[in-house]
Amino acid sequence: MSTPVLDVRGLAYAYPDGHQALFGVNLHVHRGERVALLGPNGAGKTTLVLHLNGILMPGAGSVSVSGLPVDADNVREIRRRVGIVFQDPDDQLFLGTVRQDVAFGPQNLGLRGAALEQRVASALAQVGMAEYADRPPHHLSFGQRRRVALATVLAMEPEILVLDEPSSNLDPASRRELADIVRGLEVTVLMVTHDLPYALELCPRSVVLSDGVVVADGPTREVLGNEPLMAAHRLELPFGFDPTRIGSLPG
Amino acid sequence: MGAGHGHLLHYHGHSPVHRCPAHLKVLALVGFMLLVVATPREWYGAFAAYLLVLGGVIAVAQVPPGYLGRRMVVEVPFVLFALLVPFVATGPRVDLPGLAWLGVTVSQPGLIAAWGLLVKGTLGVLASLTLAATTEPDDLLRGLERLRLPDLLVQIMGFMIRYLSVVTSELGRMLTAMRSRGADPRSPRHWPSLARALGALFIRSYERGERVHLAMLSRGYTGRLPR
Repeated sequence: MSTPVLDVRGLAYAYPDGHQALFGVNLHVHRGERVALLGPNGAGKTTLVLHLNGILMPGAGSVSVSGLPVDADNVREIRRRVGIVFQDPDDQLFLGTVRQDVAFGPQNLGLRGAALEQRVASALAQVGMAEYADRPPHHLSFGQRRRVALATVLAMEPEILVLDEPSSNLDPASRRELADIVRGLEVTVLMVTHDLPYALELCPRSVVLSDGVVVADGPTREVLGNEPLMAAHRLELPFGFDPTRIGSLPG
Repeated sequence: MGAGHGHLLHYHGHSPVHRCPAHLKVLALVGFMLLVVATPREWYGAFAAYLLVLGGVIAVAQVPPGYLGRRMVVEVPFVLFALLVPFVATGPRVDLPGLAWLGVTVSQPGLIAAWGLLVKGTLGVLASLTLAATTEPDDLLRGLERLRLPDLLVQIMGFMIRYLSVVTSELGRMLTAMRSRGADPRSPRHWPSLARALGALFIRSYERGERVHLAMLSRGYTGRLPR
């Protein structure tokens, strides 16, 4: 098999206060895959995500991205390869206009002039926000801000896109629009969520993280259909939602 | 266009004052303030001239006087203090000018000091408001940068402008939540809970700061905002 885009081996991590969040996580994501990372609150999902681009460094084990190990020397290249879209777009959009915010990442990579403008335009076009380029982010709706946050990361042309709870606080229409956008991207996606229908809709494969270890890894429909597994890890489907009764998935 | 739309202090317009480069406006403001502060209090004519100049700039900028007037309430505490000075200051006493029939005497040096405080303060506030009304916050930052203000300070101001609305709306939601549970944040009886809410707001903002920093690092931030 080819080199996985994301290769996490035996990753363990304890916070400086002694609280251990991860106990040997193994995870491989291959090019073009869309994988959902499921798990209850406090399972260590966010801790894992912060390892993927070297914000946190492994206590034990290793993380590599397309064969490049995540360590202090490679951190710049790693952060180009791994694009994280955080949960709260207000944390991600901190400059005066949408355009400046989307340009921030590529500028840090050294892009200037026409190449930069082209990157920004294409990232905004991908999320359907091109006509908002000159607006200040805080004047946009929440759904629009989330899409701009996605564009800020797409502008860096990452090899893997990590979405942290992409559907939280979105109304159903914004939720669907975001799903359409994500499906249209030709990029590897790791989606961290506990929105199980959204995982089924977007990700053929799911990984369940619970108490700092991976407890399941398989086709999303099978994972969600495994009732004992779901119950054991505090994952509950919304009322009336039956993954086995959903016929064809969009896309 | 852009950043400042809907910003509290900015008045949208296309006058020559609006178009003037921000760094020149900042320099002009600082120069004007120094001049005002350095002018002896007794040169009454000079202050009239300053006010005339400032009035001219405001007229050219086409900012309605009422717009600036409402925003001048920030000066009220200073005004109160200035009005108090003649009553508490020492020195030869005189009758209250124009109100001799009240029989109240005030300190003459105090009167001069109050005049100085009032006129210099008012000119300063009015001039600063004029700058704020005619300059987008973003342009102001670029202007300060051009004046070689340390990058770190410019960044801090930029974040302040960006997150001011986020933090105030967060505070607004906290106050609404307090009111919904029967507390009146204005009443002194509930000041302890208001203080706790402000404490919580500080912690939240601090944590948001950390998250923003993480998000910046994730996009390759190295300590300088790219230009």
